[in-house]
Amino acid sequence: MSRDREVLAGEHFLNGDEACAEGAIASGCRFFAGYPITPATEIAERMARRLPEVSGVYIQMEDEIASMAAVLGASWGGAKAMTATSGPGFSLMMENIGLGMMMETPCVVVNIMRGGPSTGLPTLVGQADVMQARWGSHGDYGVIALTPASPQECFDLTIRAFNLSERYRMPVFVLSDEIVGHMYEKVVIPPASSIKTVKRPKPRKGPQDFLPFLPAKDLVPPMACAGEGYRIHVTGLTHDEQGYPLITAEAHERLVRRLCDKVRVHAADIVEVEENGLQGAEVVVVAYGCSARSAREAVQDARSAGLKVGMVRLLTVWPFPEERIRALARKGVRAFVVPEVNYGQVAREVERCAAGRDVLLVARMGGAVHTPEMILEAIEEAARG
Amino acid sequence: MKIKLFEPEPFRPAEAREKIDKSHGLHPDDRYLKPGRIPHIWCSGCGLGIVLTAFIKAIDGLQIPIDRCAVVSGIGCTGRVAGYLNMDTYHTTHGRAIPFATGLKIARPDMEVVVFSGDGDLFAIGGNHFIHGARRNMDLTVLCVNNFNYGMTGGQSGPTTHMAARTTTTPYGNCEYPFNLTHLAFASGAVFVARWTTFHARYLIDSIKKAFRKPGFKFIEVVSPCPTGYGRPNRLGSGLDQMKVYRDRSEIRNRIDPIEAPLELSGPIVVGEFVDREKPTFLDRYREDVMSKVEKSRQSASPPPAQAGQESLSHEHAIVSQSR
Repeated sequence: MSRDREVLAGEHFLNGDEACAEGAIASGCRFFAGYPITPATEIAERMARRLPEVSGVYIQMEDEIASMAAVLGASWGGAKAMTATSGPGFSLMMENIGLGMMMETPCVVVNIMRGGPSTGLPTLVGQADVMQARWGSHGDYGVIALTPASPQECFDLTIRAFNLSERYRMPVFVLSDEIVGHMYEKVVIPPASSIKTVKRPKPRKGPQDFLPFLPAKDLVPPMACAGEGYRIHVTGLTHDEQGYPLITAEAHERLVRRLCDKVRVHAADIVEVEENGLQGAEVVVVAYGCSARSAREAVQDARSAGLKVGMVRLLTVWPFPEERIRALARKGVRAFVVPEVNYGQVAREVERCAAGRDVLLVARMGGAVHTPEMILEAIEEAARG
Repeated sequence: MKIKLFEPEPFRPAEAREKIDKSHGLHPDDRYLKPGRIPHIWCSGCGLGIVLTAFIKAIDGLQIPIDRCAVVSGIGCTGRVAGYLNMDTYHTTHGRAIPFATGLKIARPDMEVVVFSGDGDLFAIGGNHFIHGARRNMDLTVLCVNNFNYGMTGGQSGPTTHMAARTTTTPYGNCEYPFNLTHLAFASGAVFVARWTTFHARYLIDSIKKAFRKPGFKFIEVVSPCPTGYGRPNRLGSGLDQMKVYRDRSEIRNRIDPIEAPLELSGPIVVGEFVDREKPTFLDRYREDVMSKVEKSRQSASPPPAQAGQESLSHEHAIVSQSR
């Protein structure tokens, strides 16, 4: 089979959901387990059509709990695997997302955010799952979450999510939203040869000497998958470096600290932001996803009106780009403006890093994104001090 | 924020190795057990050791290569089986062994994937996954050790607890109807359904062997004593006393409709191989009904031939091919 079935190189008119699916397939994803949910269903639909073309499997599970479990099982079977959902399904997945973190299982979970809580606004936008993505499953663990703001970025960041998940051996989130997921734009899919894909680290030792959870220097243990002769035990219980359950404070200290630190110490490698007009900026808008699109226009208008405004657009919301925000606070930024479709989630993180500078949250509860005027008004207010 | 951390004791591989060298390899079955994992955590009189041994004997009898086997379990006493077997083993979340195993089997269709779990795990919290795994006819062997209660948490009632039985959460006697697991498995689509007790070890070994040789969703219920959690409050005596009950009260009736297979606290216990039927598995159907259509449309569209020098990505990533 030629590669053109797998990577549909060329220019396309796709929505964000479809672009996520194409990004996954271009990354080598060959297993998708999911459950229909608005506004993420188009990802499942595209995967159901596309995966058989590339010798992959789409399976529709009985719920999101099962979908997440099946994704983990497929990943341990050696496949690159993904699921996609929205808030209510994301809630159900939390249990096995925790298992994925504990078992250090590479996979990608796409959440096309809609308005919540509960069934909320199935067909309308929300950005209120940011903290759930960070803290949703019980216990401590590091989290990586990417926030695309266009269909093109849905394609690009899904590939990046697969690469990060394989690199750090963990579930990685693509946190998009209903507006970006349902919006159609031009998406350029590059030829396969120019798409960089990463594979999980493999053991260098034979089964006799292999300790499946003994990390390399980078805190990531090599991964022996099913049927490779390593005969390992993988458990959601606290375990030692052999993978055997060990219910002690010492084992827990070593394991959980590493699950957090493997993301923390590599934050510089993981975090991506797009910066605009920060030179001499007194007000900085920090935005992501759909609200960054309105913010971009608001910042342009504010600058045309002579205000010293810059913008940081988050492509990675977890780990939070705290060093970047701290540096800006030190460099004389007077105020941060944070538009988001929730009652203040990323804004809290910005405030945490802002060293006492003003933080103005531009909140919408969900159902609609800010107009540029709303954000412009906030920028003007922040600039007045 | 400043963080103050406390340095934990480091892992000492040499100590782990020493423990393994000291205790592993003395018993002939040790090659099927993970080095350094015995002694197990189960109570004396528990039936789990018998079921584990039966499983080992079945694999040994069929000479299935260990590296072609994977065991997936949920949570609970039976969930701990996975950790003792010397193969690729996955101890997952409560109730979710079947969907995890579904993903694993699809990614590795060449492997035998076995789900080993208890009645509470598979039929209360995991009940939905069980019926859907059976409906799809996922190629899995599901071994359910039914001890009628939640043993790990100290003997609470569950979906198979007999009417009027005492448990720590039914102090006045259980007022709920129990599942007949074999009937549920049959109705949901399982191709092979058997019930044995831990007294019927040889029958159990034979049924596990049969299940291994048969593609599709296979279900074996093993009725097991739990002297600590269920025996004591219901005055059922020791594990050995329960084995005597299984001997005296059980009746082998193969090929009956499982609806006619009672499993009572003080009445008859009907055991046997109830269901054995043929049906294409999920992956068979996926290949025949989905992949073949894609293949056909590809041929009719006559795509341009692959350019020389382009290695196939699909070959690298493919998880399902047209032919087995």
